[in-house]
Amino acid sequence: MKTFELTRATDGAQAIASAAKSKTAQQGADIRFIAGGTTLIDLMKLNVETPQKLVDVTRLPLDKIDNLPDGGLSIGAMVRNSDLAHHPLVQKNYRVLSEAILSGATVQLRNMATTGGNLLQRTRCMYFRDTAMPCNKREPGSGCAAITGLNRGLAILGTSEHCIATNPSDMNVALAALEATIHIRGPKGERSVPIADFHLLPGNTPHRETVLEPGDLITHVTLPPPAPGSRSLYIKLRDRASYEFALASAAVVVTNSGGKITRARVALGGIGTKPWRSPEAEAELTNQSASEEVFRRAAEVALRNAKPQSQNGFKVELAKRCLVYALKAATQAA
Amino acid sequence: MADPKETVSSSPRRPPEGAIPVKLKVNGKDYDLRIDPRTTLLDCLREHLHLTGSKKGCDHGQCGACTVHINGRRMNSCLIFAAMHEDDEITTIEGLGQPENLHPMQAAFLSHDAYQCGYCTSGQIMSATALLKEPCGPADADVKECMSGNICRCGAYPNIVAAIQSVRQNKEKSA
Repeated sequence: MKTFELTRATDGAQAIASAAKSKTAQQGADIRFIAGGTTLIDLMKLNVETPQKLVDVTRLPLDKIDNLPDGGLSIGAMVRNSDLAHHPLVQKNYRVLSEAILSGATVQLRNMATTGGNLLQRTRCMYFRDTAMPCNKREPGSGCAAITGLNRGLAILGTSEHCIATNPSDMNVALAALEATIHIRGPKGERSVPIADFHLLPGNTPHRETVLEPGDLITHVTLPPPAPGSRSLYIKLRDRASYEFALASAAVVVTNSGGKITRARVALGGIGTKPWRSPEAEAELTNQSASEEVFRRAAEVALRNAKPQSQNGFKVELAKRCLVYALKAATQAA
Repeated sequence: MADPKETVSSSPRRPPEGAIPVKLKVNGKDYDLRIDPRTTLLDCLREHLHLTGSKKGCDHGQCGACTVHINGRRMNSCLIFAAMHEDDEITTIEGLGQPENLHPMQAAFLSHDAYQCGYCTSGQIMSATALLKEPCGPADADVKECMSGNICRCGAYPNIVAAIQSVRQNKEKSA
């Protein structure tokens, strides 16, 4: 591991001013915020991340979960994944979020990982993690070893000829289906970004993963009030029953009114280069009967643009079945 | 064993360049250290405080052999910089029980033969004791899920689950 200077931020403004001096907030940033460390320290040990300065933000007062006046929820960036998943309001109103978080990693890692950090979780693509291999995300212009290599776990939606890395987060998929908003404080003030716009597609710049600029600090995430009468859940398919990343997952929030779907939110995980919201599937479901035929049609449109690689063609059908299964479960009589 | 408030040099030979002062509280004892900021909590415990019960398996948060408690919650000490945990209460397997005064979970691992080579055992026990206070369901399957962050390459899993369940049941009876 390359050596670095460690400072502890005592207030947000100071943290932002420190990090604003970084050349980038994306891959290769020379100044990084550090919170749970579960991704960053791992990547620093691999020399994939080599920051010269770390700003410890764990003592900033961003660790609260609060009710919002509109009935929504505010989640501090420093709230640990365990605390978020087990919070009574999350379990009651945003079950999909609790289930998604608890399906990922282990208790130890969830005790460490934070909301802000999970939003910035990095891909598990083995070529990204191996500095001996070419990777456009890690080293722009070096090529993509995954496209001609081991790509079984990688993405089939949102890929480019430069990168097919999967966004590995479960939490992000639930947040996409819940239409979360990411709140950011930066050198130029505060702004809010819908989660759909927060993560970037790889395109020609796979090293740019989010809209964050130097000094930008995620302060909290807000969720809109739960849709009346809706049910939400998360289904995750993987190679083993626990402690494994998704091959395909589905987060659904569905309102079923007497057998008719009046509102649907659908996001898929394990298959996209970013948390994959599917407005196409949502449109296919809305005002239709809650039937397997309709669910299958929604799954077909959600995967219509899938572009499988040499080893992950199975994900197309797997993701469809995952979504159909999730929709059936979410619309079954309680 | 270090005395309370002992100052421990980060290297017996010469202090490394860029070392920073760090105060840690481990198993109720205060330590004043000078360590490289790259030092993980695991390396700090083992190499500087000579608390070698916490083990290094994968060093990437995947195996759980390094599990310790920070403010009562279990975490992977290999993915933590020691310098970020001033003011926190750190507990290792050495702080849980001693040979003459075992924690009930340690005793249960003995009586259920819940290990073979023993390398993962301290991490398993640190996870298992934390689990007692976590929202974990009653079934064996729930315990297995909650223990999935601790790998045992010998495959002692059935006895590990049995040991944990016996402690939970005894706790229930005495409650």
